[in-house]
Amino acid sequence: MSVTIYVSKDSSAVSLGADRVAKAIMKEAAQRGVSLNLIRNGSRGMYALEPLVEVVTAKGRIAYGPVQVADVAGLFHAHFETGGNHALALGLTEELPYFKRQQRLTFARVGLTDPLSLDDYRQHGGYRGLSNALKIAQADIVKAVTDSGLRGRGGAAFPTGIKWNTVLNTSSDQKYIICNADEGDSGTFSDRMVMEGDPFVLIEGMTIAGLAVGATQGYIYLRVEYPHAHSALNRAIATAYQAGYLGDNLQGSGKKFDLEVRLGAGAYVCGEETSLMESLEGKRGLVRFKPPLPAISGLFGKPTVVNNVISLASVPIILDKGGEYYRDFGLGRSRGTLPMQLAGNIKHPGLVEVAFGMTLRELLYDFGGGSASGRPIRAVQVGGPLGAYLPESQFDTALDYEAFAANWTVLGHGGVVAFDDTANMAAMARYNMEFCAIESCGKCTPCRIGSTRGMEVMDEIIKGHDLAKNIPLLRDLCNTLLNGSLCALGGMTPYPVLSALNHFPEDFGIQDTANAA
Amino acid sequence: MSYSGATQLTIQNIAAGLKDKPGALLPILHAIQNELGYIPPDSVPDIADALNLSRAEVHGVISFYHYFRDTPPGKKTVQLCRAESCQAMGGKQLEAHVKNRLGIDYHETTADGQFSLEPVYCLGNCACSPAMQIGDEIYGRVSAATFDAAVSAIGESA
Repeated sequence: MSVTIYVSKDSSAVSLGADRVAKAIMKEAAQRGVSLNLIRNGSRGMYALEPLVEVVTAKGRIAYGPVQVADVAGLFHAHFETGGNHALALGLTEELPYFKRQQRLTFARVGLTDPLSLDDYRQHGGYRGLSNALKIAQADIVKAVTDSGLRGRGGAAFPTGIKWNTVLNTSSDQKYIICNADEGDSGTFSDRMVMEGDPFVLIEGMTIAGLAVGATQGYIYLRVEYPHAHSALNRAIATAYQAGYLGDNLQGSGKKFDLEVRLGAGAYVCGEETSLMESLEGKRGLVRFKPPLPAISGLFGKPTVVNNVISLASVPIILDKGGEYYRDFGLGRSRGTLPMQLAGNIKHPGLVEVAFGMTLRELLYDFGGGSASGRPIRAVQVGGPLGAYLPESQFDTALDYEAFAANWTVLGHGGVVAFDDTANMAAMARYNMEFCAIESCGKCTPCRIGSTRGMEVMDEIIKGHDLAKNIPLLRDLCNTLLNGSLCALGGMTPYPVLSALNHFPEDFGIQDTANAA
Repeated sequence: MSYSGATQLTIQNIAAGLKDKPGALLPILHAIQNELGYIPPDSVPDIADALNLSRAEVHGVISFYHYFRDTPPGKKTVQLCRAESCQAMGGKQLEAHVKNRLGIDYHETTADGQFSLEPVYCLGNCACSPAMQIGDEIYGRVSAATFDAAVSAIGESA
């Protein structure tokens, strides 16, 4: 009887040697005459345990990890293919506390299924949402999404249903659905994991969005830094076309939706929706003035829905189980789940999808296990390179858009980067200004010039030159960026810079904290 | 580097094949860079012709995007992540080691034409920081030793 074994093909798992482990397992199995069916799945998101090898047994999937090539012979010797005991045996994957304590809605299939198998996708609830969407009126699809309380997971947290409703109610001969897959925020990788680990869920979500608003063309704007996701998406799209899930006649309904992946070219600012559309049109990625809103005049001047990968990938389950089902997770105005990404100096990095409401501290210590270095966690940047640094005194903030906003911090796309006490926060603030200078599109003056001036002022501060003049200058500059920039790049770079200054003034050479304010 | 007739033909064919796509310029530039490793400055008039754009518009797009390059890269491009998560895990020290070992700075190519070094702001491998990519191969939890091993392995197979 053939044994089924899973080894992740997620690019982070591959970066730790998963391809070599998969190859070694096949080789060893052939030598021993063991019949194996090896499936390359997405990652379960427990990166401390990758490369993770899972064996299907009568009791469930048993995990072994982290496995290196040198461990493979020993695993066979211990008969891991029948769930045999071994030093790397972890027990049932789904009983591992890191995994069991999560509420996986958007990531329900990631790590579970073969990402490129349409049959596997359908057997695990895939395309039920589309099937429901094909039976109801456009306004009812939008209503389900509105009722779910889903807000844009890219970072801006704008209610998805409201955006869709605007596009639905704007008449036009052509409308577009754009998936913003330019996941440029450092410390984030949930979009990548979905695209590599469950690409059909994104295709289904975009198709539902197209039906809802009357758009027949979709584009996935994918960052060029994600070659594995590119290949997975293209293969899944080809399969979806063959099976009638894309094209001129969706499942015999007579409805049409076409989908294409377009690659970005290494510009962070193209994650801003108007810059992204300029780029899709074949231009420099300069930010546009708003209004007009993209929902009214977007790509090629047509009404356009621009949603993040996670927002769109959350749509199928909402259409499958209903808006109420999704809304029952979370709290306040933050409904459903948020896939958090633990990164940086953290012992157990990975993907943690939980309902809104858990505290940052629980995430850092109960899931993350504290710092990787064993030293105290000093600062945590949440929400990517434009997110604030939180000091220990703010670790009890609940993961909730409003609770974060109340602290002058942002939840953003759910990236969490931990720093231990060796981090120099003035150096980080300088880096944040430098990043803004490198990535500024140049259209507005505060961002284009302010970021370079910010870098220069930080250099002076780091040298300890004339702090009485330079600290107020930095604050004044941040104020200009904050209030005068055209988009979030210049407008939010002050979040990390000022939070570093406010919470860690000693790194800026300010001993008396009263003077830091 | 001269702009040979064969290269020009390649570029004209790529442009002719993709020019009718909506927003065709980026797909064309990607296809050229995939084929040649870079976008020859001499090809700008041909690209502009195909799309009925000015040369300034095409040049403006090429120069806007960090990924597009107008000089030939080394045999392998090392993309080293400079972003926060990698910095939190010793990315700065790794960066110093990589530059020292290759003897080049960012945006440069080694004298033997073997490696180009480019900074990257996130490879989405933040759970395994510090991260880098060499050619198509992604590496996680990179140390000075693993970098040296990867570079030596590539050098020996070249």
